[in-house]
Amino acid sequence: MSPTAQSAGTGTRVDVRKTYKLYIGGKFPRSESGRSYEVVDGRGRFLANAAQGSRKDARDAVVAARGAFAGWAGATAYNRGQVLYRVAEVMEGRRSQFVDEVRASEGVAERRAETIVSQAIDRWVWYAGWTDKLAQILGGLNPVAGPYFDISAPEPTGVVAVLAPQRSSLLGLVSVLAPVICSGNTAVVLTSELRPLPAITLSEALATSDVPGGVINLITGRTAEVAPWLASHRDVNAIDLTGAADAEGLKWGDLELAAAENLKRVVRPAGEGADAVEPDWSRTPDLSRITPFLETKTVWHPKGR
Amino acid sequence: MSTPTAAVPSVDATARARDLLGVSRLSNAALTSWLHALPGVDQVGCEARAAGLGTRSIKTTAKAWGIDLAISMIDLTTLEGADTAGKVRGLCAKAIHPDPTLPDTPRPAAVCVYGDMVATAKDALGQSGVKVASVATAFPSGRALMPVKLADTRDAVSAGADEIDMVIDRGAFLSGDYLTVFREIAEVAEACVRKDGSRARLKVIMETGELVTYDNVRRAAWLSMLAGGDFIKTSTGKVSPAATLPVTLVMLEAVRDWRDLTGEMVGVKPAGGIRTSKDALKFLVTVSEIAGDDWLDPHWFRFGASSLLNDLILQRQRMAIGAYSGADYVTDDSPSLY
Repeated sequence: MSPTAQSAGTGTRVDVRKTYKLYIGGKFPRSESGRSYEVVDGRGRFLANAAQGSRKDARDAVVAARGAFAGWAGATAYNRGQVLYRVAEVMEGRRSQFVDEVRASEGVAERRAETIVSQAIDRWVWYAGWTDKLAQILGGLNPVAGPYFDISAPEPTGVVAVLAPQRSSLLGLVSVLAPVICSGNTAVVLTSELRPLPAITLSEALATSDVPGGVINLITGRTAEVAPWLASHRDVNAIDLTGAADAEGLKWGDLELAAAENLKRVVRPAGEGADAVEPDWSRTPDLSRITPFLETKTVWHPKGR
Repeated sequence: MSTPTAAVPSVDATARARDLLGVSRLSNAALTSWLHALPGVDQVGCEARAAGLGTRSIKTTAKAWGIDLAISMIDLTTLEGADTAGKVRGLCAKAIHPDPTLPDTPRPAAVCVYGDMVATAKDALGQSGVKVASVATAFPSGRALMPVKLADTRDAVSAGADEIDMVIDRGAFLSGDYLTVFREIAEVAEACVRKDGSRARLKVIMETGELVTYDNVRRAAWLSMLAGGDFIKTSTGKVSPAATLPVTLVMLEAVRDWRDLTGEMVGVKPAGGIRTSKDALKFLVTVSEIAGDDWLDPHWFRFGASSLLNDLILQRQRMAIGAYSGADYVTDDSPSLY
């Protein structure tokens, strides 16, 4: 953020100190708990206030995501691709804001931040392109020993909780979020605890694009406080624990245990136990982040003579 | 339960009304001057009071107690043109076993159906203790001639209904014809008497969404009690707004003041639009604060609702298992066309 700016000729201008809110169901509510926390850059300088989401905010977000699921999963794959591509367009329009925030949050040089933002937008476009191609690659006509057509097709699993990566605040976030929603799932995202600003700006981009309210819900706050409630939530169908690596005061094994209660699909962080690490997000992605959040529907249809 | 369902036949409502009003002949003019002498409702004050009561924080054991009480106060309702015997039996099964995963879940007070479904519901509920309530008198509009309304009521009573939910003639009420409304309620109350002399309890639906003002709600409440209603009920559920907290507050004041005047208790039933546990708890707070704890009993206070039960069950599960529950863990009783 810029230091106190001089306005034209009339002395010092008062800082506009931002206090951001959550993004739930297409709206920007304050945390139910009324709390917020200070976000600082790598050197401890104040950047903004972010809402400190609570378990009840997570609960509301799951309700919103469940409500949006039927419409999003029921939209045609082609339509979902268009909607997601539009998000990339809006992100491109906010490029300089993303660059500033990635610089401040991750403490990287401007040129590096530019590269990260470009990769994040390209990553979004990459996943947007997959929406109407998944069924051809992951589905198929199965040979069976009988007079039937036997057809398998991938379908979204439902509401997915996503713990966003703690370090890579934009590229990492896009790399875990886009694969979840491109197939028709809806998502509740716990953003990076210490670096939430790019996620907040992404929520503003989402609100001004065509993504229906509730498809993506972003909660800022303490990962260790809210994540267990999402892991144990019976109305959440899958959980991506990527962001549990490096999260303060959190053992991802406990989350996996809680998630087992209703047989959630679980994506573990890379690495073992306390040594879990974030993957290298700059590498070219594949389908490995899409497939864990799919169910396979198989249809048997009698062959005519 | 403080009194049995089968009360003695009502005292002659007209004679008692004459006594209360201090007139020798019950006329529309006498009713008008009595009802219009009731103090007006301060709309702003009433809504502020209701909003204030809605901010109480109910947690842990008090919340658990409130949820169980609210479940036991539900009139589980299906009033659709598409109702079938199968759907009514399904609803009755749900009333008997509201949450199969937690068998200690209390049962709702009653199942509320149209008159032609009473026998089906009665048969399905058996000896479970869940009562059968039936809407009658050309529900929901009430636009039929009196013989039709009375026949409707008698049919439901003879089919075994424990409770009758009647609608008042809002057209007559709004045009100031209070005597007609009074007579209709009194006659329907007589039609609630069974062959053996016992009575089905009569709930009088005022359809507050069509009464426009709180003053009218207060007058309709007093008129219904004067004419012999055992319960005053806000709405049919077919008109919006339905059961709001301020309207229920006005009605709770009416039953409280009626007991002060006559020594008799009358029940209150908000119906329609109450969908969440949070809403239900707000109503319970209001009952306790306005009418008093005597009304915190399924015999004297009911919720007319269908989806509320599932939300209460979800909250109950949340408290029992320590994690948020979801729609996959409650029975789906939404109207289905398949």
